[in-house]
Amino acid sequence: MYKVKVYVTLRESVLDPQGVAVKSALHTMNYKEVEDVRIGKYLELVVAETEQVDRRVKEMCEKLLANTVIEDYRYEVEEVVPS
Amino acid sequence: MKFAVIVFPGSNCDSDMYHAASDALGAEVEYVWHHATSLEGFDGILLPGGFSHGDYLRSGAIARFAPIMKAVIDAANQGKPVLGVCNGFQILLEAGLLPGAMKRNAGLKFICRPTVLTVENEKTMFTSGYEKGQEIMIPVAHGEGNYECDDATFNELEKNGQIVFRYRDNINGSRHQIAGIMNEQGNVLGMMPHPERAVEALLGSEDGLALFQSIVRNWRETHVATT
Repeated sequence: MYKVKVYVTLRESVLDPQGVAVKSALHTMNYKEVEDVRIGKYLELVVAETEQVDRRVKEMCEKLLANTVIEDYRYEVEEVVPS
Repeated sequence: MKFAVIVFPGSNCDSDMYHAASDALGAEVEYVWHHATSLEGFDGILLPGGFSHGDYLRSGAIARFAPIMKAVIDAANQGKPVLGVCNGFQILLEAGLLPGAMKRNAGLKFICRPTVLTVENEKTMFTSGYEKGQEIMIPVAHGEGNYECDDATFNELEKNGQIVFRYRDNINGSRHQIAGIMNEQGNVLGMMPHPERAVEALLGSEDGLALFQSIVRNWRETHVATT
């Protein structure tokens, strides 16, 4: 089986209102070195042994997990031995 | 003319929508649960506001795959009027019936108050009861109404007159103050403000009623033979 880690963030070209608020809070706390904050989502999928897992995860991202109009995604597929 | 109000788990403006169509407009209307698969016999489809599926993942992202959505898409393709308000708009965006996407409001606050809209396109089946540039008072209630699309999409929207309503003041960061858009065919309208909450003086505004009346009037003109 596989453990799939999916990371979804707003696209670079899209202003992230939450990220801006968090950056400003970090600046207030004197972490002036922070130049940018992007807030995203992290999803963990446990997937049974399947053919073309990579293609199927990509499909899941395109259809549901990310909205590609405003979001980017990337994922890592890790093979795990069921315990 | 018979309307369907689609009800998803977490819809909370379905009663308001029903009331607007039934009592204020005097039309026939029925609730349709999201597990239904047919919209046969309905002439107009209303997707109400709320928080379908708790807004999990993204607003409208899960509702978009509800069994009823295939019938909604079919109805849209058949040219039937489809109106999505607030969460209904978000579902239409996720379903790809309308272009673009919603982000969190620019100020990160949930905004719930009467808002002035301008009617940008009065030559639609939803807005023929308004004047071009007319200012109308319609309440908003949303946390994710910050409309976003790329330049190419925006140019298309503007060129085709698909921008139907704008906020007079930019309350939520929406691109070019967009409050409501329609598809190119002109039969699918999505808007964040709630016209169903502005259909009688008791509610604070009657400015939303003309939208529902426009739908019925235009439907009658094309479906009912004049004698």
